[in-house]
Amino acid sequence: MTLDFTENELRRYSRHILLAEVGAIGQAKLREARVLVVGAGGLGSPLALYLAAAGVGTLGLVDHDTLELSNLQRQVAHVTARIGRNKAESAAETLAALNPEVRVEIHARRMDAEAARELIPHYDIVCDGTDNFGTRFLLGDACHLLGKPLVSAAVLRFEGQLSVFQGHRGAPHPCHRCLHPEPPPEGLVPTCSEAGVLGAVTGVMGTLQATEVLKLILGIGETLTGRLLLWDALDARFRTVKLSRDPACALCGEAATIRDLSAHEHAPAPACVA
Amino acid sequence: MSTTAMLRIEVNGEPREVPEGASVADLLALLNLAAPKVAVERNLEIVPRSAWAATPLSEGDRLEVVHFIGGG
Repeated sequence: MTLDFTENELRRYSRHILLAEVGAIGQAKLREARVLVVGAGGLGSPLALYLAAAGVGTLGLVDHDTLELSNLQRQVAHVTARIGRNKAESAAETLAALNPEVRVEIHARRMDAEAARELIPHYDIVCDGTDNFGTRFLLGDACHLLGKPLVSAAVLRFEGQLSVFQGHRGAPHPCHRCLHPEPPPEGLVPTCSEAGVLGAVTGVMGTLQATEVLKLILGIGETLTGRLLLWDALDARFRTVKLSRDPACALCGEAATIRDLSAHEHAPAPACVA
Repeated sequence: MSTTAMLRIEVNGEPREVPEGASVADLLALLNLAAPKVAVERNLEIVPRSAWAATPLSEGDRLEVVHFIGGG
């Protein structure tokens, strides 16, 4: 890891470097880091913006979707003039304008089992900002099996949830299936396009997600590994609850039955990744 | 001493009584909640779904039903 910074880098990141917990070494760690953001939507927009602004060296953006007018109420990495464009490409343009020092890798494709196997090994940390349970379970399983930390946020209406899953590190760390063993049957839980979401709620949750990613890269503080953060915007109430590893878990338990991504092959195409 | 075998607990911030010996699974059945769309938090700790039936409720327990959400 090199500690050489240009004068522009020193100026751009000066408020980071001032922090004892970051400093020049932390800033160099951020520059070395490779983070994969899955979904350039409501969560992925603020997440990618803050990671790029922070100087995370390489950001991968995965999204197969095209930008629609109804996205712009919350997906702040995009602009009206880019409606109809691929969302990974559109977000990459915004990030490049914000911080040209960051390398953005555009993956304008659906996150399926093949994409998970191809892309995830090239990154240090994976962030889930997708809008369907199929992709969420694929990412959770893939990150566990490939040994990558997963920073996972979810929103609906006025609510947000966030956790960091590192079950691959062994006990006591839980995996995503310790919280929810299976995706809900189709139609039981509405999506944002069915039930709505307050745009600012995605902004808060995506920004908290970015904060957890930065903490993981820097190795500072207590991450949400083994905890679940719950936020109800209407009550203005945050709660953090303990999440333990489930010995009976099908992915990380003693008698785990999920050994590969075969259950995710030929899965029906999710309705949307937003 | 009362012999009423009821436990006073709190569910989503509201007081509630359940029969002594009731488990987390029994409470969800009482609340008519479908297992695939919730997680359950008891005294600030998530109870794994595999342990619902074997986790008895105690006097004064505070439970929250955490809805499964997946929007982005």
